[in-house]
Amino acid sequence: MTALFQWAADLISSLPKGWVVLLAALLKSIVIVLFVILNVMFMVWLERKVSARIQRRIGPNRVGRFGMWQLIADTVKLLGKEDIIPSMVDRWLFVLAPLVVFATSFLIWVVMPLGPNWETPANLNVGVLYLAAVTSFTILGVFMSGWGSNNKYSVVSSMRAAAVMMSYEIPQVLAVMAVAMVAGSLSLTDIVGAQSKVWYILLQPLAFIIFFISSFAELNRTPFDLAEAESELIAGYNVEYSGLRFAFFFLAEYANLLAMSALMATLFLGGWRPLFPLPGPIWFWGPVWFVAKTYFFVLLNMWVKWTLPRIRIDQLMEFCWKFLLPLSLLNIALTGLVVLARV
Amino acid sequence: MEKYVDVVVFLVVGALVPVIGLIMAALIRPSNPTSLKRATYECGEVPFGEGMVRFNIRYYVFALVFVVFDVETVFLYPWAVQLRKLGMFALVEMFIFLLILIFGLVYAWRKRVLEWS
Repeated sequence: MTALFQWAADLISSLPKGWVVLLAALLKSIVIVLFVILNVMFMVWLERKVSARIQRRIGPNRVGRFGMWQLIADTVKLLGKEDIIPSMVDRWLFVLAPLVVFATSFLIWVVMPLGPNWETPANLNVGVLYLAAVTSFTILGVFMSGWGSNNKYSVVSSMRAAAVMMSYEIPQVLAVMAVAMVAGSLSLTDIVGAQSKVWYILLQPLAFIIFFISSFAELNRTPFDLAEAESELIAGYNVEYSGLRFAFFFLAEYANLLAMSALMATLFLGGWRPLFPLPGPIWFWGPVWFVAKTYFFVLLNMWVKWTLPRIRIDQLMEFCWKFLLPLSLLNIALTGLVVLARV
Repeated sequence: MEKYVDVVVFLVVGALVPVIGLIMAALIRPSNPTSLKRATYECGEVPFGEGMVRFNIRYYVFALVFVVFDVETVFLYPWAVQLRKLGMFALVEMFIFLLILIFGLVYAWRKRVLEWS
């Protein structure tokens, strides 16, 4: 065994530096992709169970204990489904859209601090700005699929999705900016580092509320799921997709929910910082706390989704531009005054 | 720049997952496209015309307002990080900047651009 380690160490040290960087990045990305996909599969099962309980049903209970293997069965089913590409579609947009939506749902994790000794995949010093950039990629994929499908439902749906996601991005980015002002850094590692005494949900309650509300719009979930409104637009922008191509839209939606919840846990609940000390090393409990806080927001999101009705698009847009945006500007101004008063 | 290697690798690996999945599915799924199957879905009716129809001008107007505010946030970020070093002068300056933007928002509000119907 030691000989094997020695051999691996020799091999790595003999490689040029560029290769080591590339290899490390590859390893990290594969670990994160596996982590996200496993969590997404669990979340799909969880959502079906939670929604069933909220509606006084039982939910999946046939395939395995508590229906745990339901998703494996669903995956096999979707793998075997015929892949239909309608004749009227814009072929390039139609084929590329699921790839764009799915691939960009992993990009948030590049800057996410997972634990004290678990360096983020890459601690970019422009972390928060990078987040603002990559979260808006989802709109591109959604719009490509909706417009490329050449279907009336999906065109209307993608228009709505673009309008809603764009509008709510501004209050969301401004809310994160208030957090960055208090922390004095854009790096997420520094933001978690600055929350050693008090979590930012207490220092920035207004920013938290704005970010939380906007996250529903960014994720296209009820009460803001106008792009998917089943009662009027069938399923929205992905109505023409079938089989595995549809599955990737579905998985990306949950991957985005996981990423957004992890982001809220990092920005406002202190990331991997423990709520109360537990026996054992922090490098072990850090990631556990991080995942626990993430799932707190995931469950909160599901609870809201299955409780509230959908609101109309005019209400949604006016709420954003006439209420959330002025509120977030006010929050920035107040935060600036308080930060300077305490220097 | 080394750190940005991770961003590119994440993007490539993320894109490879669906590609591998689709190749796997292509090996086992049936493929029997007929013209009826490949028709655009319109709830069972015979589809008419193009899907890429003319859309409400509202979407475009909101996009214009969005661009203004999105550029604004980019200007605000450097200020937000360095606020402690820059001090009171930068705060007052940024308040003036914000006031100009709020004036723009009020103008759009009064012109009824922010209303949907």
